[in-house]
Amino acid sequence: MRIGEEAELPRGTKQMRDAFAGALVEVARADDRVIALDGDLSSSTGMGLMRNTFPDRFFNIGIAEANLVGVSAGFAACGFIPFVGSLPCFLLPNAYDQLRLQVSIAGLNVKLLGSHAGVSTGREGPTSHAIEDFALVGGLPSFSILVPSDETAMAACVKAAADFVGPVYIRSSRGEFPRIYAEGKCRVRIGKANVVRNGADVTLAACGLMVGVALDAAATLQKEGIQARVLDMLSVKPIDREAVLAAARETGAIVTAEEHLVRGGMGAAVAQVAAEEHPVPMRFIGVQDTHLESGSVEELMARHHFAAPDIVEAALDVVAAKGGR
Amino acid sequence: MTEAGRTNLAALQEIARSIRLDVLEMTARMGGHPTSCFSAVEILTVLYSGGILKVRPAEPAWPDRDRFILSKGHAAPALYAVLARAGFFDVSELSGFRTMESPLHGHPKQNVAIGVEVTSGSLGQGLSFGLGTALAGRLGRHAFRVYVLLGDGECDEGQVWEAAMAAAHFRVENLTAIVDYNKYQQTGPIAREMALEPFGEKWKAFGWHVEEADGHDMEDLRRRLDCARVVQGRPQVVIAHTKKGKGVSFMESDYTFHARSPVGDQLQQAREEILHAHR
Repeated sequence: MRIGEEAELPRGTKQMRDAFAGALVEVARADDRVIALDGDLSSSTGMGLMRNTFPDRFFNIGIAEANLVGVSAGFAACGFIPFVGSLPCFLLPNAYDQLRLQVSIAGLNVKLLGSHAGVSTGREGPTSHAIEDFALVGGLPSFSILVPSDETAMAACVKAAADFVGPVYIRSSRGEFPRIYAEGKCRVRIGKANVVRNGADVTLAACGLMVGVALDAAATLQKEGIQARVLDMLSVKPIDREAVLAAARETGAIVTAEEHLVRGGMGAAVAQVAAEEHPVPMRFIGVQDTHLESGSVEELMARHHFAAPDIVEAALDVVAAKGGR
Repeated sequence: MTEAGRTNLAALQEIARSIRLDVLEMTARMGGHPTSCFSAVEILTVLYSGGILKVRPAEPAWPDRDRFILSKGHAAPALYAVLARAGFFDVSELSGFRTMESPLHGHPKQNVAIGVEVTSGSLGQGLSFGLGTALAGRLGRHAFRVYVLLGDGECDEGQVWEAAMAAAHFRVENLTAIVDYNKYQQTGPIAREMALEPFGEKWKAFGWHVEEADGHDMEDLRRRLDCARVVQGRPQVVIAHTKKGKGVSFMESDYTFHARSPVGDQLQQAREEILHAHR
């Protein structure tokens, strides 16, 4: 069963990288300070469209992530808005020192696109999976993290990142995601989540591809008489305290779901908010403390228990823990 | 040398003397890397006070200003001293170095308002930032030039050579690197710990125009920087041969002063040696 089928979500019309590409060209058309810096992956990330559309504002810095980030900081210091495109598995570990000094400490207006995140590189194997990017970028004060859940959200995230003054990491993926939002109907605000399904029995807080998975789980739970609220945690950093606390108070139980290590991920940020002000039973769906195999996305999700049935099971568990719906 | 040039040089030497004294006092009080500063004093002086950098201390964010990028961030005290002497802020501010309410951090944090163009302190990063700045200048049709000061030990970092390769690839001509080649890294002589030679040949092989200078001779430095400025179609490097700890005899010959300062009688001797140099 494809992701989104249980919830009857429409299929995506384009790959996430193509949604990014189109959105980047749009913001570049509107603002000539926007430039693209590539780590020799423009044919993978979607930045190739920028290269073809605005060749003077596209620079391939080569397979040299440390230099790539350093160059972006130099551009940002001169008032440009550089979008740096790479794969997070290469960009973040290689250039962490540069991101920390030149971007985070300096607070420069650099935007990172991490394409092929999570396990979307599937069969490329564990060296190519990016299941620690929230933790890495999360360790950099002044950075925001945006995680689009479909092609519409991607366009809105790119626009929000360009409009925001400060460093932003946008997590992207290779393939198509099911449609969560109607065309042009996704509102993205840094620090804000979106409620994409109402419910009062339990909250499923998900991000990225896992929003579609959570909606599938919610459809299954409905058959059991459980109404799940689904939050699209578009802004993983800063986390939406208000939405988390409303979920804790109004539904009394939370399951988080992410294509990321559960340690240092979105769920941990949600839990911190709940723990501080309104603790409720919680479960964390994601990758445990391990690296994964070379396999399809579906195989990896099933083997490592971050598929829809795992969310359903966790939801039933927290609903029981709070004393039933 | 002309009479006018001699006068000018004497004035520069007085500024260099002040900067060395500032560095000595700052690092003696709050810690830091005095010898790494001393080797760079003439380079910094000629850049800021010798007519190389086009900057406006009263308008520090002037968009067309030349950019000076201190990549060897542990020479921060020397940068702060030269900025103060150039008029970016009052010399009295130097007493705040490394204290809580001061912008004069232990290693530089970007703060254009006081003339600090880049965050540094983890080595190897400044040339990339300088390249981005140089490309931004070209894209934005600004006439400014970018100068990056690297340490020699810093050139162990692979990122320096990533940036060197890319700068030649993009044919930036508004970018000049200066290497403070004081021949020592933290744990010992460069030649023993991690050899750089043939150093000039490496830069040439990466596509750079190479000049070599006596890094304590400000006339020679100025001449070499003038030569670099007119090179077209490629970046330039001035390899400045310097002495770590220059200006204080017992520090020049002892690399264990890398991250410590003289105290007591030695501190007084250092003050006197700097005061009486060239007089």
